[in-house]
This record gives sequence, structure tokens and C-alpha cells, in this order.
Amino acid sequence: MIPELGHFALILALAVALVQASVPLVGAQLGIERWMRIARPAAWALMLCMAVAFGALSWAFVHDDFSVLYVANNSNTALPLVYKLSAVWGSHEGSLLLWATVLSLWTVAVSLFGRGLPLAMLSRVLSVMGMVSIGFLLFMLLTSNPFERVLPPPLEGRDLNPLLQDPGMAMHPPMLYMGYVGFSVAFAFAIAALIDGRLDAAWARWSRPWTTVAWMFLTLGITLGSWWAYNELGWGGWWFWDPVENASFMPWLVGTALVHSLAVTEKRGAFKAWTVLLAVFAFSLSLLGTFLVRSGVLTSVHAFATDPARGLFILAFLGVVVGGSLLLYAWRAPAVRSHVHFSPVSREAVLLLNNLLLVVTAASILLGTLYPLIVDALGVGKISVGAPYFNAVFVPLTLPLAFLVGVGAMLRWKQDRLERIWRHARWPAAVSLLAGLVLPLLFDHWTWQAALGIGLACWVGLTTLEGLRDRWAGRSRPLAALARTPRAFYGMSLAHFGIAVFVTGIALTTTYSLEKDVRLAPGESYVLGGYEFRMLGVHPVHGPNYEAQQGTLEVWRAGRRVAVLHPEKRVYRVQRNPMTEAAIDAGVLRDLFVALGEPLGSDGAWSVRLYYKPFIRWIWSGGLFMAVGGLLAATDRRYRQLVRRDARAMLEAVEATA
Amino acid sequence: MTPARKKRLMLVGLMIFGVGVAVALALRAFNSNLMFFYSPTQVVAGEPPKGALFRVGGMVVKGSIQRPGGGMTVRFALTDNRNTITVQYTGILPDLFREGQGIVAKGRLRPDGVFVADEVLAKHDENYMPPEVAGILKKPKGMRTGP
Repeated sequence: MIPELGHFALILALAVALVQASVPLVGAQLGIERWMRIARPAAWALMLCMAVAFGALSWAFVHDDFSVLYVANNSNTALPLVYKLSAVWGSHEGSLLLWATVLSLWTVAVSLFGRGLPLAMLSRVLSVMGMVSIGFLLFMLLTSNPFERVLPPPLEGRDLNPLLQDPGMAMHPPMLYMGYVGFSVAFAFAIAALIDGRLDAAWARWSRPWTTVAWMFLTLGITLGSWWAYNELGWGGWWFWDPVENASFMPWLVGTALVHSLAVTEKRGAFKAWTVLLAVFAFSLSLLGTFLVRSGVLTSVHAFATDPARGLFILAFLGVVVGGSLLLYAWRAPAVRSHVHFSPVSREAVLLLNNLLLVVTAASILLGTLYPLIVDALGVGKISVGAPYFNAVFVPLTLPLAFLVGVGAMLRWKQDRLERIWRHARWPAAVSLLAGLVLPLLFDHWTWQAALGIGLACWVGLTTLEGLRDRWAGRSRPLAALARTPRAFYGMSLAHFGIAVFVTGIALTTTYSLEKDVRLAPGESYVLGGYEFRMLGVHPVHGPNYEAQQGTLEVWRAGRRVAVLHPEKRVYRVQRNPMTEAAIDAGVLRDLFVALGEPLGSDGAWSVRLYYKPFIRWIWSGGLFMAVGGLLAATDRRYRQLVRRDARAMLEAVEATA
Repeated sequence: MTPARKKRLMLVGLMIFGVGVAVALALRAFNSNLMFFYSPTQVVAGEPPKGALFRVGGMVVKGSIQRPGGGMTVRFALTDNRNTITVQYTGILPDLFREGQGIVAKGRLRPDGVFVADEVLAKHDENYMPPEVAGILKKPKGMRTGP
């Protein structure tokens, strides 16, 4: 009964979305206020329907209702409760439900915080979001209904994919989707502006916090995904240039470009048409990401089932979104073109470079990701584009980006002088050069990659700090100057500082990691990176829904025991898949990582993978810095004032009419 | 030239330069990093260029997994149900590597016909077959379906 209720709620949601997508838009075009006023209640109704549908599916999972096919395929009575809940988005149908639910949440958020927007604008924005909802609801109802029943119901479910039974993976999809779907707000604002033909600083100021929040979620989602891969996939890597990773990384790159170009549009009224185009691309790439991940065209961890109807639907949907927006853009963009002058030495110029580099990087990743698909479709042969390609393209394109970031933030708008910047950049340049040359000597050998990485990280960090110092140095009341500095500035600095942390992590991890697959019998040991790994033995243990072989290894260094590690080899009872559960001794300066391979011979020996990973936590810490910076920037006072001022204006209007 | 023209020219120049650099990088990286996929039949026929890094896919033949000396090196036979090659790998195999499973191996062919892999991929879903492998697997002649 409850699953039928969920299914019914989905159909109802589609009906509401149809109203939301059409009536307010027509009202806005014809100036009929009553029609426009339908947008907000429709957004609420849509969210209610989605909440019922989502709740119904969660209910089916919690109550082990295996008569629902999706539950039977992805759950089990022995599955711990928290993973039953995360299993709701563990596979294709449920993750679409999550997509649509998150979209309805964003829509309501826009209608709540957008009270101060001109009514016509708000109606158009909500209408466009309604159209996106229609797409996803149709997709679910036509090809991927999560509430489909199976008769007769199986007695036991097939269990959740063991790889997904991990806290990182439980949180990764919701974060990622908050980001993906969040870009639909920026997209809706862009389309609304194109329909309206008016695009001013106020528009940029409105869509900016939304974009920043979406970007923040996407940053968190990608960081979590990387952390999960490191923990769960058992081979100690943090990024594989897997097509699915690329699918989430491309919208992030374009979204980052969008965040920066919105700044120019808000502050200087420049880059308007470009900003709109970026908003369209960021959202299109989010859709493409969903398409690549969920249609099964890619060989990947995430590609579950292959169903041509699904792939075709998303492809058509993508065609409508991209094609329609570009047509609208071609028709309307001349109306929003900006004519603003700036000198080659100015913040605008550096942000232009930033945008160019980010977009070109995203384009080359897109090329590498789609090329095998295109070649295969043409029947020329089967090829794959591996990590070497992506590294060869990504690193040279992003080095100048990191080089410019601190300096760009210090530059003034419109026009600046190189001498002034040089005065600020002198000491960071000297210190970074020195640090790059000397600090790698602290590790076991000097390499130019480590030198470049450390030097660059210092340069980014120090120029960012210098930018902060510039706010108070030489002022009569430095503390007051710091207090007056807007929160958005602190947010930006923190996010840029995150790049420094991130670059340090990558440079040191890739250069100084040590890895060894060895055969270890009980009592034997192996020395890696100054750490002695002693194998004590491997014994069976029982988990709630799995059996495991658990190894015990001690790690010694300089006569002191550093850690006792318990890596496991699990076999889940239902799916019978073996799973490597690595044991990690985490630290700020290094991780020690042990994973069990398989038993060898009869003396209790196992093949064991040992890793020494210096500074790997810095990679994810960098992502966290960026996300927190984004949050600070999005909650800047001037956006909150915007909401409060509008609320006050509304109150006054209500009092006036009363 | 007016300042506006000059600026626009500069912008266009900058973009052409940026895109040019990116294309050059991409092409260079493409040339050296594209990896082709072959089936065991194609390998036996000598299609892959000598000494090249490439990928080969197929099913692990039942009962063919050997660990000479109980060490870290493993040898197994890989088949597309028409031809079979021997693959050698040193290290830890992925969790889902097992007999009868579709896998993809990356590596080089040794002159004696043994494929020395530096990476072996088996996917994370037990029912999942890499599309390349599914495409080349032919049912052996005379194999009946059903009991």
C-alpha cells in the first residue's frame, strides 16, 4: 500500500510540475499577476509530493518490503539500518528519486529566499526549475520506476553492493546531487534573464550565493567520493580519472569558472553573456554527468544496469536542455552584451584568464572522456584514454591557474599597476623559491616535482595571506579594518588557501608514496619507508552481514610500536563478493595503509599490500577548506541584507494595504 | 586602432593562444596515451604492434590459475572461447578476479607469447561484464543452452 502511495505521489508531482512550468511563465510573459502567484504554492506542493514519494521508498527499505523490486535488489534483512536508509539512493532508480527530491528542495529554497525578487523574475525562475522537474519525473515514471512490484516477492533481498556499505559512500551521492541540482538554480536564473532580456548587477547578485552554495556541495561531494575510493577500493589511490569521476569534475571546473565570472558580472557588469553561457554549461555538464554515470555506456564502478531506453531518454533530455538553451541564447544574448573596459593589468583580466583556463581544462577532460565512446560508436576500434592523458593535459593547464590565484585576488578592478603588485609579491616569491628548493630535502630525495609543488603551494598560500594583510596594513585602526572586511573576502581567501593545502598534498603524495605487494607469513616483517610492518596472523571474524578474514599487523618504528592494524578480507553472505577492507593508520603527515590480498601456500602466509602515503590527508583537507570558504562567501552580509531588506519592504507593503 | 578594438583583438588573441596550447597538449597526450583493446584471437593473430602497451580482455579459464612457488606471481589463461593466451601478473589481484570471470588486463606481449600485465581489472558487480569483453566473447560451438 505504501509503495503505491509513493508511486501515486510521483504522478501527482508530475502534474504539479506541469502547472509550475507553464502557468507562472505564461503569467510573467502576459503580465497576469494571479498566474505568476501560482509559482510559490506549486513549488511547495511539488516538494510535498516528492517528500511523500521519498518517504514511501525509505519506509519500504526500513520495513524490508521485498515486494518492491528495487528494495529486493538493494537491501537485505541483515543490512544495518543506516545502510538501509542510504540504500535508498544506492542504485539507479533511487538515485533519480533523490535527484528529483533535491531539486524540489532547491525550488522551495528559491521561493523562500527569493521573496524579494521581482515577481515576474521569480515566476520565470521557478518555471524553468519546474521544467527540469518534469524531465526527471518523466524519466522515472517512464523508464525507472523505483516502486515497481515483483510477484511473488522474494523472501530475502539481494543486499546492497558491499562497496557502498561505507559512511563516505552513504553521504557522497546526496552531497554530489546537492551540487549538481544546485546548478539548476544558476541555470534557471540564466534562462529567466534570457527570456526577460534583462541582465544587470542585481541579477548577478541574486544568482551568486546560489551558485556558490551549489559549488560548495559539489566540492564536498567530490572530496567525499575521493576519500571513499581511497578507503574502500583497497588500492590506496585517491583519484583515478575514471569517466565517472570526470563526470563530476567537469561541472565543478565550469562551476568554478561561473563563480568567478559572476563576481565580475556583479561588481563590474562585464562578462554578462559569458556568465549566462557558463551557467548553461555547468548545468548541462551536471546532466551529462548523470547520463554518463547512470546509462551504463561507461565501464565503471557506478554503471549498474544497461538499459538503452534510459540512455536514449537522457540523451534526448540533454538535447532539449542544451539545444533549447543555446537557441534561446543565440536569439537573446545580443541584448545582454556588456561593454565595459578594463586594462590588461586588472582583476578582470586575471579572472578572464582563470575562466579561459578552467573551461579549456574542462573541455580537454570532456574530450578524453567521450573520445572512446565516439570511436566505439563509429566502429573504428576499441580504445581507452588513461590517466597519463589526463595528467598530461591537466597539470600544465592548472599550473598557471594556481600561479595566478593569489595575485589575481590582490589586483584591483579595472586598472592596476604591476609595480604595486610586485611590492606585495616580492617576499612571497622569495620565500616560495627558497621553500621549493630546500623543503624537499627533508624527504628522502630531492625531485623537481616536489620542489615545484611545494614552491607553488607556498606561493599560493603566501600571496593569499598577503592579500589579507593588505586589508589592514598601514591603516590607523587595523582591527577595525579587519572587522570591516566582508565575510566573502575571508571566504575567498580560505578557499584559495585550500588550493595551497591541496597542491601540497598532491605534490608530496605523488612524489614520495611508497608501495609494495609482499608475501608475509606470521612472524615475518617488511620494512617500508622506515616503518616495519610485522605480520602476526590472520583469523576469521563474523560481521552482521559478512564473514571476514582479519589480519593483525603491528607497525614499528625506531623501537616503538606506532600502530596495530586490522585489515580484512570480507565475503558478504548474500552477494558472495569478496571485499577488501583496508586498515589505515591516519596522520597529518603520513598515512600507513595495509590491505590483504589472498592466502598463499599452507603456512598461513598472505599477499599483503603495504603503502606509505605522506601528506595524503592534505588533499581532502584542501577540498574542505574550499567548501568552508564557499559557505562563508555565500553567507556574506550583503546577501542576507538583500533578503532582510526585501522582507521589510514586503511587510511595509502588507501594512500599507491593510 | 581604438582602445576597444585593441582590447578585443587582445582577447581574441589570448583565446586562440589558450585553445591552441590546449589542443597541442591534448594531441600530444593523445598520441602517446591511447590504448587499444584486443581480443585473445587478435593477439594470437599478431595484430597488436610489437612492444606496445595495450589492453586485452576475456574470460579467465577455469582451473588455469597458477602461483608458481606460492609467491606473488600468478599465471592464468585468458580466452574469448576461440583462442587462449597466457597472462602473467605480479602483485595483488582485484577482489572480483576469479575463474570464469570477465577481466581486462593492461600490459605488453613478451616475445614468447606470454602477456605480462601490469594492471588487471575486474569489475565490482558480479554480474557485470566489461562491454568490450561481452562484445568479443563467442559461445563455443556445440554449447547448448538450458539443462
